[in-house]
Amino acid sequence: MYTEKVMDHFMHPRNVGEIEGASGVGTVGNAKCGDIMRIYLDIDENQVVRDAKFKTFGCGAAIATSSMATEMIIGKTVQEALAVTNKAVMDALGGLPPVKVHCSLLAEQAVHAALWDYAQKNNIRIEGLEPPVDDVDELDHEEDEE
Amino acid sequence: MIYMDNAATTRMDERVFEAMRPYMLEQFANSAGTYGFASVSSQAVEKARKQVAFVIGAKASEIYFTSGGTESDNWALKGAAKALEGKGKHIIISAIEHHAILHSAQALEREGFEVTVLGVDSDGVVTPEKVESAIRPDTILVSIMAANNEIGTIEPIEAIGAVCKKYGVLFHTDAVQAFGHIPLDVEAMHIDMLSASAHKFHGPKGVGMLYVRRGVKLTPFMDGGAQEKKRRAGTTNVPGIVGMGAAAELAKANLDESMKKMSAVRDHLIARIESEIPHARLNGHRTNRLPGNVNFCFRFIEGEGMLMLLDAAGICASSGSACTSGSLDPSHVLLAIGLPHEIAHGSLRLSLSEATTMQEADEVVDALKGIIPRLRSMSPLYEDFVRNENK
Repeated sequence: MYTEKVMDHFMHPRNVGEIEGASGVGTVGNAKCGDIMRIYLDIDENQVVRDAKFKTFGCGAAIATSSMATEMIIGKTVQEALAVTNKAVMDALGGLPPVKVHCSLLAEQAVHAALWDYAQKNNIRIEGLEPPVDDVDELDHEEDEE
Repeated sequence: MIYMDNAATTRMDERVFEAMRPYMLEQFANSAGTYGFASVSSQAVEKARKQVAFVIGAKASEIYFTSGGTESDNWALKGAAKALEGKGKHIIISAIEHHAILHSAQALEREGFEVTVLGVDSDGVVTPEKVESAIRPDTILVSIMAANNEIGTIEPIEAIGAVCKKYGVLFHTDAVQAFGHIPLDVEAMHIDMLSASAHKFHGPKGVGMLYVRRGVKLTPFMDGGAQEKKRRAGTTNVPGIVGMGAAAELAKANLDESMKKMSAVRDHLIARIESEIPHARLNGHRTNRLPGNVNFCFRFIEGEGMLMLLDAAGICASSGSACTSGSLDPSHVLLAIGLPHEIAHGSLRLSLSEATTMQEADEVVDALKGIIPRLRSMSPLYEDFVRNENK
């Protein structure tokens, strides 16, 4: 049911872990639904994501999307990181089964939540960044069924 | 490969296959035919009926072959409800029934029947007292499974049957996981209807049966020809039925030995997991338990990842996590025994057969000892737990 890319990121997840004194930390999802993602960001003075780490409680797709999302935002500016959509993460993974699309939304929202935390801590405004929501399934997103 | 998903399906016994083989090739007649060629097939079906009946102490004439456990459960509930609706419209089931029962009951509810869903205790047991207190003058049917497919708990069927008998209420049991695995006796247990499925005890897929006590009224579920004494239409699945009969005979003959052997492997698995993997919780009754069932929840992790890593290690198992159920909710059985969602998501079922060895059990535990810490190291729930512990 999973693509080779998803299996690769599940079996060999990139960037698992925590960042001590992270610039921003975001946790989204809830245990009731079976997915929780936490993303740590280390952002330098030029607003570039120097490092990203994740911890995820969830299925294979949740772990793979977290891994891919962190990989995609490292080296990017906060503005560029914000533009990494769930669809981009899905595409990079070669697609997800329809029931797993919400995992990619969770990954996107975890990044946003971490960026929000960073913005709050540093008292800056990131253009286009909304405060984190509790329930990602309420978000009106394009859900590609691949 | 280590196969520990025997509650999902079992490998067909070669002797069963050999028994079926002639009925798929040279002996292909429709058993309803009037020529001598067909009578060989119809005799084989009648022999299978006896073999199946013998396992549960029933008469051969009370066995009706179906396409499997799901059909048998649908037929028992819907057939009895339709036949008895003049008497009453109340049905009692438990919260941990298989979806074939749960969804049949819900379908009946939509047609105006009233369904009481009995809760279970933390071991998954439905008490006879609970059944008794739920029975009303308009109760027409009680359906409680003989043993649970996920957590392996064996229900007090005999006592529940006695309660039903006392009130004159029809008693059905879904014995799909129990038939051929633990002793069953329709007389001693006061069972009026019983569902079984061949592929759960080393028989073929696509064949099952419903035991219907003589005199029990049941409308047909499949309309058509006059097969199965006009109660279940459709061309007789001769090879499948022959296979079910052969598998039933083997299961009955080996019952004591297989129960002993599987229980020993089961208890070894449980003991090793409990002593070697922290934050593991055994689900289901510790002793009143199917010989082949092991079910644990491992805190802080989710089941699908566990299954994928087990699969990568060549081990087939199953889970009651949301990701394996196709919805966002974990198994209804795990929720019914009172587990919170986040713990229910981390369940693992290992289901054994007579062929499962101690060495395989050891290999699975050894694999889990690598997999579970690996997933926990990725889990924010575990991170929070450790942080709180260190406070």
